[in-house]
Amino acid sequence: MPVNGILSGVHFMNGDEACAEGAIAAGCRLFAGYPITPQSEIAERMSYRLPQVGGVFIQMEDEIASMAAVLGGAWGGMKAMSATSGPGFSLMMENLGLGMMTETPCVVINIQRGGPSTGLPTLVGQADMMQARWGSHGDYGVIALSPSSPQEAFELTIRAFNLAETYRLPVFVMSDEMVGHMYERVVIDPERIETVERRKPAKPPEKFLLYEPGPDLVPQGMPLFGDGYRVHITGLTHDERGYPVIDAETQNRTVTRLKEKIAHNAAQIISYEERDLDSADIVIITYGIAARTSLGALELARKQGLKVGMLRLTTVWPLPTTKIIELAERIAGFVVPEINLGQVVLEVERVVAGKVPVRCVPHAGGDIHQPEQILHAIEEVLKDAA
Amino acid sequence: MPLKAKELPAPEILRAESHPMKRYLRTDRLPHIWCSACGLGTALSCFVYALDEMQLDLDDVGVVSGIGCTGRVAGYVNLDSYHTTHGRAIPFASGLKVAKPKKKVIVFSGDGDLFAIGGNHFIHAARRNIDITVICVNNFTYGMTGGQFGPTTPLGSRGTTAPYGNYENPFNLPYVAASCGAVYVARWTSLHARRLKEAMVEAIAKPGFTFVEIISPCPTNYGRRNRLGEGIDELRYYAEKSVIRHGANPKDADLYPGSEILIGKFVELERPTFLEVYEERVMKKNSGR
Repeated sequence: MPVNGILSGVHFMNGDEACAEGAIAAGCRLFAGYPITPQSEIAERMSYRLPQVGGVFIQMEDEIASMAAVLGGAWGGMKAMSATSGPGFSLMMENLGLGMMTETPCVVINIQRGGPSTGLPTLVGQADMMQARWGSHGDYGVIALSPSSPQEAFELTIRAFNLAETYRLPVFVMSDEMVGHMYERVVIDPERIETVERRKPAKPPEKFLLYEPGPDLVPQGMPLFGDGYRVHITGLTHDERGYPVIDAETQNRTVTRLKEKIAHNAAQIISYEERDLDSADIVIITYGIAARTSLGALELARKQGLKVGMLRLTTVWPLPTTKIIELAERIAGFVVPEINLGQVVLEVERVVAGKVPVRCVPHAGGDIHQPEQILHAIEEVLKDAA
Repeated sequence: MPLKAKELPAPEILRAESHPMKRYLRTDRLPHIWCSACGLGTALSCFVYALDEMQLDLDDVGVVSGIGCTGRVAGYVNLDSYHTTHGRAIPFASGLKVAKPKKKVIVFSGDGDLFAIGGNHFIHAARRNIDITVICVNNFTYGMTGGQFGPTTPLGSRGTTAPYGNYENPFNLPYVAASCGAVYVARWTSLHARRLKEAMVEAIAKPGFTFVEIISPCPTNYGRRNRLGEGIDELRYYAEKSVIRHGANPKDADLYPGSEILIGKFVELERPTFLEVYEERVMKKNSGR
């Protein structure tokens, strides 16, 4: 039974439904979206659940409008989100850029399927990871989380809302079709859920500057529509007042901070799960559903006496560079399985910078890896290192 | 017989310490970027006089704009104001309204922004009857980008991307708005300042999706290329060609070079708003949970 609107107890639900319940638990009260496979269960669940907690579900005419409505709702004071999949994610890029530029807290869930274009509407993919990183034009920092199970879909959706409020930007939950449609046990203890509420402006209107950053490089509180601050929000390059200033100096100051506020706070944002790293010669770096198969590969390898560990990224962007560099100093190589033709691996290669081999284990999508494919890559790297 | 420009009496110069409507404007953002004789100054002026007449608490009013010359309105009003992406003012405003249902949300944007790139959002917001007011300054061109033809450019008129004359049929905006379900539809020109202000008051006061079209000159990028003379000549044209017919069928409001300009209040009807229907059909089913 929901307590204060939050579901509690032990449930059997899929990853999509868990995202919806996580959003409700985080305090989301506006969902604006457009139907698309394989995220529809999120929208459906939200259309059922939001009215129960006094929220609004609005089905927009497309994902462009959905993203715009989410931003409007956020400036109106709501915790707001949308959920989509590849083609819809592409349409959202324009207003995601507006969200980044105007530092608007909100959450976007992408239940990844095979692409490009219509691709594989009903089958798994992880090929939107670089789109999450670079999809809208211009420079900005991003936060992207990736769940490997329905339980984690629930928890990371809550975390996404908390990070959005803390660092003032749209935060991505980059799930995938397989986690989205996978039914598992989800345990919810409302007592243990922590939520971050929106920071109110630190100063009265006459002294307040909309984009004056604090020591954490994040603007100091967000005035909402009607709070008396008479904000001007624009996607144009703007100064600390929020007024458009079209010159190189303001561009440098504003856009550099959008990137730096994530880099500066990376230690607080980064999250991962370590498995058998201490005794590892080879480390698998992976995320999402690919981490589930990788676990099988890890067990097969250990049975053969191979020393394999796993760094499972629950925050993919920003990447845990310090951790990866530390590992690169003492292991024989990395194996990076992902359901795309090599995306996160590019960043791992950049960070490792040739110290040890980094082996991509690609999959074009439509299915998950076989553990043997990953095991084979591990053996190859070990052979090269020998 | 209309007055020629040179025969008009010299305007009286009013002396004042500050602009009489100062409290509605971000004076630190002035002067504005609009060209001389552009209709946008009049449109903005009518809007602030409408707000003044309504005596609304200014914290209860928000303005959302898209991109373009009209899109800059959001930057000049001393209200919570949101300058969004091209064509997306209406869905942004929809989210804002849903979050703050008791406040007035006004979209101020141009013909290209609202009806080309943003056309899909316009028709669906009207269908939903989301409680916002859309004010469209229609100058028949993309002014900010240099005078390309747009969704309201009359057939045959020239634009920088229509050097041989526009070869597409334009939208009749009041007809589009009425067909899609707007509960209030009016059209005035920037010459009809008093009536335009009254229409804005009515549209903002009325619950539901309300629409005001303002026919407005763009001497720099439309008038010049179509030999319409100076800005004052365009206003004279409005004076000659405008026909006020309240309650007219908006289907008859087509515009083409040389045509009469049908203006007035075409639609005023009652229909429950998006949030009223949501409350009645959705929220009430969940009360007491």
